[in-house]
Amino acid sequence: MAVEHVLPSPAAEPPSGAPERSRLPALELLGVALQGLRTRRLRAALSALGIAIGIGAMVAVVGVSSSAQANLLAEIDALGTNLLTVTPGSTLFGGTAVLPNSSVPMLDHMDGVQAAAAVYQAQTAVVLRSPYVPTTQTGGIGVDAASDALPRVLSTGLAAGRFLNAVSARYPEVVLGSEAASVLQIEHVGQHLLLFVDDRWFVVIGILDPVTLDSTLNSDVFISLPVAHRLFGTAPNPSEIYVRADQSEVEGVSRLLAATADPKNPSSVSVARPTDALKARAAAKGQFTTLLLGLGAVALLVGAIGIANIMVISVLERRGEIGLRRALGATRGHISAQFLAESALLAALGGIAGLLFGGLATWVYAQNRQQPFVVPTWALIAAPVCGLAIGAIAGLYPAAKAARLSPTEALRS
Amino acid sequence: MTSVLALRDVVKEYAGGVRALRGVTVSVQAGEQVAIVGASGSGKTTMLTVLGTLERATSGSVEVAGVDIERASEARLAGLRAHRIGFVFQDFHLQESLTALDNVATGLLYTGATARRRREAARAALERVGLGERLAHRPSMLSGGERQRVAIARALVKRPVIVLADEPTGNLDSRSGEDVVGLLKGVGSEGTTLVLITHDQQIAAGFARRLLMRDGEIVGDERS
Repeated sequence: MAVEHVLPSPAAEPPSGAPERSRLPALELLGVALQGLRTRRLRAALSALGIAIGIGAMVAVVGVSSSAQANLLAEIDALGTNLLTVTPGSTLFGGTAVLPNSSVPMLDHMDGVQAAAAVYQAQTAVVLRSPYVPTTQTGGIGVDAASDALPRVLSTGLAAGRFLNAVSARYPEVVLGSEAASVLQIEHVGQHLLLFVDDRWFVVIGILDPVTLDSTLNSDVFISLPVAHRLFGTAPNPSEIYVRADQSEVEGVSRLLAATADPKNPSSVSVARPTDALKARAAAKGQFTTLLLGLGAVALLVGAIGIANIMVISVLERRGEIGLRRALGATRGHISAQFLAESALLAALGGIAGLLFGGLATWVYAQNRQQPFVVPTWALIAAPVCGLAIGAIAGLYPAAKAARLSPTEALRS
Repeated sequence: MTSVLALRDVVKEYAGGVRALRGVTVSVQAGEQVAIVGASGSGKTTMLTVLGTLERATSGSVEVAGVDIERASEARLAGLRAHRIGFVFQDFHLQESLTALDNVATGLLYTGATARRRREAARAALERVGLGERLAHRPSMLSGGERQRVAIARALVKRPVIVLADEPTGNLDSRSGEDVVGLLKGVGSEGTTLVLITHDQQIAAGFARRLLMRDGEIVGDERS
């Protein structure tokens, strides 16, 4: 008979050498656990659902914020990372430095620089919709003199009208930043639309699109430097210079900017790359909200309790099976390992399902908003591992309970 | 002959002071076939669980297949059950989610045999109990007698030294019961020791040795 080749013949004495041991290799344990779950499919699915919802919620929170962040970074990159800004720093004595009025043409003619544009603060000017508005109600709107090239250097378009040009140097023309326009409730440009700037009427000739690279400009209005100088005595020293460098020359240009802008005092010039700051801010904004993650954690906790509950019931129902397994040679350790493995496997499957739910939710969100679909790599590993760990913890008590059952008691039931 | 089962002054007391065994001394030789007969509550099943190393005696000495049970570790006893002791129960204890073949194969699960070897041996064991045509059947698709035969195959698949059967015919009609007992007795030809509990005098009469139990004691040891 085939069986005789497979197994040793019975003998009254155990064979010499090591005593026969009861064994259950890890792979067999996994098989036993899977079989246990397969036997109660609906119940397993329902109890895994709790974990799936918890993990799914967390993956969705992480995925959606990562996608939004990736989108923001892409937008920033699209604006160009080759923009540099030059601002006056501090003097040796701690006062605010002043950029020489030659700095703009100097920078504009540097090698590797495509264009430079400057803004000059017209500090004495106040913007009012009409002379009847008290001068203290400025709505936070600042007045700047600006180079004609400003929109081009900042990659900003105009929502309406045109920007300052050669004509603006002789006439009182003004261009509004996007926020300034909304504060002043001006949506259109036209000859008859006037804006009152410090006792003078200006014609609104254009409204800028929002400037992403320097959002402080949005709440300003812009006039030409000659007009600002004539009417408000604005000094021709730039308060900020925007420099668009060749993409391949950004580093080199950046190093030379200070010395070129103010050859006498290069140390009192600060140079920055606004996209760096924006990216850092985008990254910080992309951090998932703690509250939503907390909600996911609560769902996970409820899921874990559900699994523990189901496993306790399962132990009670399967007393016969536990007794049989002990009779077949299982140690207490094997029994507890079996229930622990079932619980961990259940929750790990829940974790994988949650990953799929969360991924799907992120994908739908990203599609709707035309954003890139991003689920961080660590989430792919963390979701099932997290489920596994939760299941193992939830299974501890039921597993201990199963192992403690007396085999005789279990077989009698 | 060597004794495979040896009990000396075995007392088994359960929590609450119930004395299920009150000083049992008995020895069973290799290959012997013994029926334990007695009324309910006489201590038959406790006797079987002590012999099967599922429970330790409160006092007295127990030796199974050459192993001193008091001194052996839990792991050693589990190993003994995995490799050397086959159990047959009154209510079969088959797993409904598994086929007859897989149910029998679980008889070798804790021996460390590979899945393939377990299934090969299970197939052979099922053929041996006359269920070679029922390998893929689930327990619910089998008759009571067939189910008990699957359970017997599961006990025999490891080729045990001892088979312990607790009322194996209790849930069967007399015809299937006879078949089952016949099968169990057949293992003796390979030198396997059989201890069978029954309260059916007729079945007991078919055994060469009969132990009579009453109130936790052996009151008769008949041989024919």
